Amino acid sequence: MYYDVIMAGFGGQGIQVMSQIAAVAAIKKGFNVTYLPSYGVEKRGGRTNVTLVIADEAIGSMVTNHPKCVIAMDTVAVDKYQKLVAPRGLLIMNSSLAPDSMLHRDDIEPLALRCNDEAQALGSAMLSGMIALGAFLQRSGILGFSDVESVMEDVTPERLIKTIPANLEAIRRGIEIAANGSARSARE
Amino acid sequence: MTEKKLTKGNIALAEGSIQAGCLLYFGYPITPQSDIPEYLAQNLPKIGGTFVQAESEIASINMVMGASASGRRTMTSSSGPGISLMQEGLSYLAGSELPAVIVNIMRCGPGLGGIAPTQGDYNQAVHGGGHGDYRNIVLAPGSVQEMFDLTIKAFELADKYRNPTMIIADAMIGQFQEPCRLTPEKPVELAEKPWALTGRKGRDPRLVKSLYLGDYEQEEHNLLLKKKYDEIQDNEVMVEMKNLDDAELIIVAFGTPSRVAKTAIGLAREEGLKVGLIRPITLFPFPVNEIYEHSARVKNVLVVEMNTGQMVRDVRIAAHKDAAIHFYGRPGGGFPFPDDVLNEIKTALGGGPR
Repeated sequence: MYYDVIMAGFGGQGIQVMSQIAAVAAIKKGFNVTYLPSYGVEKRGGRTNVTLVIADEAIGSMVTNHPKCVIAMDTVAVDKYQKLVAPRGLLIMNSSLAPDSMLHRDDIEPLALRCNDEAQALGSAMLSGMIALGAFLQRSGILGFSDVESVMEDVTPERLIKTIPANLEAIRRGIEIAANGSARSARE
Repeated sequence: MTEKKLTKGNIALAEGSIQAGCLLYFGYPITPQSDIPEYLAQNLPKIGGTFVQAESEIASINMVMGASASGRRTMTSSSGPGISLMQEGLSYLAGSELPAVIVNIMRCGPGLGGIAPTQGDYNQAVHGGGHGDYRNIVLAPGSVQEMFDLTIKAFELADKYRNPTMIIADAMIGQFQEPCRLTPEKPVELAEKPWALTGRKGRDPRLVKSLYLGDYEQEEHNLLLKKKYDEIQDNEVMVEMKNLDDAELIIVAFGTPSRVAKTAIGLAREEGLKVGLIRPITLFPFPVNEIYEHSARVKNVLVVEMNTGQMVRDVRIAAHKDAAIHFYGRPGGGFPFPDDVLNEIKTALGGGPR
């Protein structure tokens, strides 16, 4: 098994937290992981992205230009990373912020999720990343809900421990939406 | 104890230095290595260590020299411009035969350059940088685990040979995260240092210096250093070799390009292209014999670096005269992707100029 994903958006959307959760859950499950955050000037400009590779073999490259999945949390991320998704790969797009009309590739599986709206319905727009993470878990099939549930305490800073139940609820909601296919695809 | 934790390269290195018994750190912040002083500033005081943010890199390296002369394990870390400022001190450490660990998490240059990953400081680390006839021992980690393990190794080598030891890593190795075992492979031992300046009360005086003005004194000293460097070359080469048995092409790469090469080799082999890897872990001593032997047989070598061609010269010197040496470099913050390297593999196997 080899799975690579780029998660991208702007600071505050929880990109780093989403990837941390997935990475630590994958390690706990016995997989190898490389986690390459964006660094340097991009941070200061507000952009943030992560390249995450999860595999059951030793991982060579920690960089990828044809990931099996891209999670794009805003228009800039869709613009920059849609073209990289491997053929038949998965693009999870936050359609609360990026219009569906941006989806132009018909050789990939697009999943447009209204992450902010769904998160707000659960009480806070800050949960939007967890909605996307849930969808990623469901569609990628490499990690289950229980895998991430079991690492939430490890990856959550002390001061945010009380947010775990809300995060888990948002992840569950993301899984549910991705599973029942209620999300609109680009070609509808 | 052996549990692996998702760890950032720079943090693994910093924790490795603590576990190597280095309690004296001197440095000045610069991206992309500031995680190291940040971690040590937090953690050294807790265990009775000393963290000093010096007023400059020049001050840092000279504080390192003083700490080293006292017989204690000591380290500094920086990046390109800061390491350049330290070169005089590095030369003095080498001349005075003082052990120290100097870390360069490389950023791109020349000049102030940028903070993106690069391997542009290979020549500076491996072939001098400071004045005089000296060598640094140079280690090049290729994973987060090696950032930890090779830091401990760097202190061992520095003490064993009384020589400055550099760890050079591109910013990608410094800043990405992987599962890492944060305990030493074997217990750390601190050797006696019968040369250390610890106060002469009750014993003969000792002298640490790099000044030799008498007739032929300096030559004698240089020849002793040369003997030491030869011994290091004979005994301390570390190299990873993979898939060489049936190889028709050998990739030579260190740091991030070696990781990318591993994925590219996997892709190549799926297409029936037989490619192997030689990854120098020590850049000085350089794996001269390994490269000679395998290039004599395989005769086709591709060097991949994140610069315009620095290690490739050492590969040319080491390789068999009949081997074709190809080069693929991405300088100044660009890095190779696996399919870029795959294309280069195909070009190299298709023939082309030496």
